[in-house]
Amino acid sequence: MFDLNRGPYSTYKKIALHLVLIIISFIVLMPIIFGISVSMQPRAQIFSYPPSFLPDRLYFDNYIKAWNLVSLDKILVNSILASSVVMLGKLGLGVLSGYAFSHFEFKYKKFLFFAVLFTLMLPMQVRVVPLFEFISRLGLGNSFSGLVLPFLASATTTFLMRQHFLTIPKSIMESAQIDGCGPFRFLFQILLPLSGANLAGLAVVNFLVMWNAYLWPLIIINDDQKKLAQQGVKMLFASSSERDWGIIMAGTIMVVIPTLIVFLLAQKFFVKGIATQGIKE
Amino acid sequence: MQKLNYRSHSLVPYLLLSPTFIVLLLFLYWPSINSVFLSLFKQAPFGRKRIFVGIQNYINLFQDPAYLNSLLRSTLFIIFTITIGLVFSLLLAVILNQNLKGIKFYRVIFFIPYAISPTVAGSLWVFLLNPVAGQVNYLLDLAFNIQVNWLTNSFFAFLAIIIATVWKNMGFNIIFFLAGLQAIPDSVYESAEIDGAGAITIFKDITIPLLSPTTFYLIIMNIIFSVFESFGIVDIMTQGGPADSTNIVIYKLYREMFINFRPGIAAAQSVILLTLVIIVTIFHFKYGSNNVHYQ
Repeated sequence: MFDLNRGPYSTYKKIALHLVLIIISFIVLMPIIFGISVSMQPRAQIFSYPPSFLPDRLYFDNYIKAWNLVSLDKILVNSILASSVVMLGKLGLGVLSGYAFSHFEFKYKKFLFFAVLFTLMLPMQVRVVPLFEFISRLGLGNSFSGLVLPFLASATTTFLMRQHFLTIPKSIMESAQIDGCGPFRFLFQILLPLSGANLAGLAVVNFLVMWNAYLWPLIIINDDQKKLAQQGVKMLFASSSERDWGIIMAGTIMVVIPTLIVFLLAQKFFVKGIATQGIKE
Repeated sequence: MQKLNYRSHSLVPYLLLSPTFIVLLLFLYWPSINSVFLSLFKQAPFGRKRIFVGIQNYINLFQDPAYLNSLLRSTLFIIFTITIGLVFSLLLAVILNQNLKGIKFYRVIFFIPYAISPTVAGSLWVFLLNPVAGQVNYLLDLAFNIQVNWLTNSFFAFLAIIIATVWKNMGFNIIFFLAGLQAIPDSVYESAEIDGAGAITIFKDITIPLLSPTTFYLIIMNIIFSVFESFGIVDIMTQGGPADSTNIVIYKLYREMFINFRPGIAAAQSVILLTLVIIVTIFHFKYGSNNVHYQ
């Protein structure tokens, strides 16, 4: 039925295709849909058998309870702050280093470029032990600086900014140089204004990466008031001993809502951002 | 041709690179090197005193049945998530590659799980699979009259983290399969059809071979995902249990360091993982573009 020649289709076939796609979409979204549904059910309804697929009425108590249980106000603000700082850091440093690699010739350029790319092989998980000791020794344990510092530079962002800057025609730089435009003015007044879409895409991806980060915040932040969104999810499980699913799901949904908003607003950039990560050459 | 660039500003590139390199050296290179160093020492819990033990930590690890079990579990986990994940993703990508009005809307829906964090994915699936209020068991009961203790049975807990991981990473795989499918020119299919090939034959003999570079890339990326990114899923869903059945290497490493406070052993585990990443990456660069042919 799914011809590989991709249409055109008869009306009957179109309807059949839509039906299949709707069913699969429902299955893909099932965990989220049921999560939202149960978050709006009172305890009695959740634990009645058979389980209800829809709430009887709009019921938001679980949201209020979850919000207070893990002080979501603080946690969400912390996460927005941390994700924004990391995003800005990665973009800022990525633009500068990408520019260095795209528009300058200097000694050890190849080696330094390789040294940046090599860090792709050093994920957080393999350096977490010494990094934790190092950050603690700097006196930055359980602090915002300790949380964000290790994330501020990124090989991917550097690489993608370089790739983008290389696509900007050489003639623009030549005329800028002839006009006596210095390297920094060239970057800020000519290159960056031509990079809006790329910066937006990288901003979205980098924001979400930090928003979704779990291992490092879990290790470095102990103070409940300083914790981030993903730790909030874990706290929901730890705090509600009897597995109050309504509250847990309400909290989970609140943690995922910013992700969904950012993703849906910028899904074009997001998909492009991921897809370009695959380009190695 | 003369390469024009800012030659006269010889210090500028280093200036531009210095913030990036400060971060990379301090927080990426230094800790990685330190992992190797730390792994050669034994440290008393909370103690400052370190005793040099050479490769003893590694010897202990490879003689420790718990660690070998963790390695085995991780290998199985990787094999199953990749096989199941890629098969599903490819089928969905083929469906999403139809030239249909509104197809973009469906594509967006299918990508959503990838934007969601492992922690949230774990949380949603713990609920869905819980035997009391979850819908999955209810539906299984309705359809096959069976009740599954998802997270308290070793086998099903292992299956549960595979399901959650496959679900979460599907969007990523679909994006790349879709890109791969769209890069195959229609003329290839047309000529195959003229030759009288059926849909299944075309898919098996043309689509899959032509997608091999994409598949290869996705296998590499999924190895990295399943080794590292599944930490959040495991921590929320099973905490490595029951009976260590989901104690995959990254979770074991975390527990060694932050629950058992054995930095030496934990560092040795980091170095083993680091070696794995480097092998996989070298493999990727060596065979990625040569052995897999694209037309």
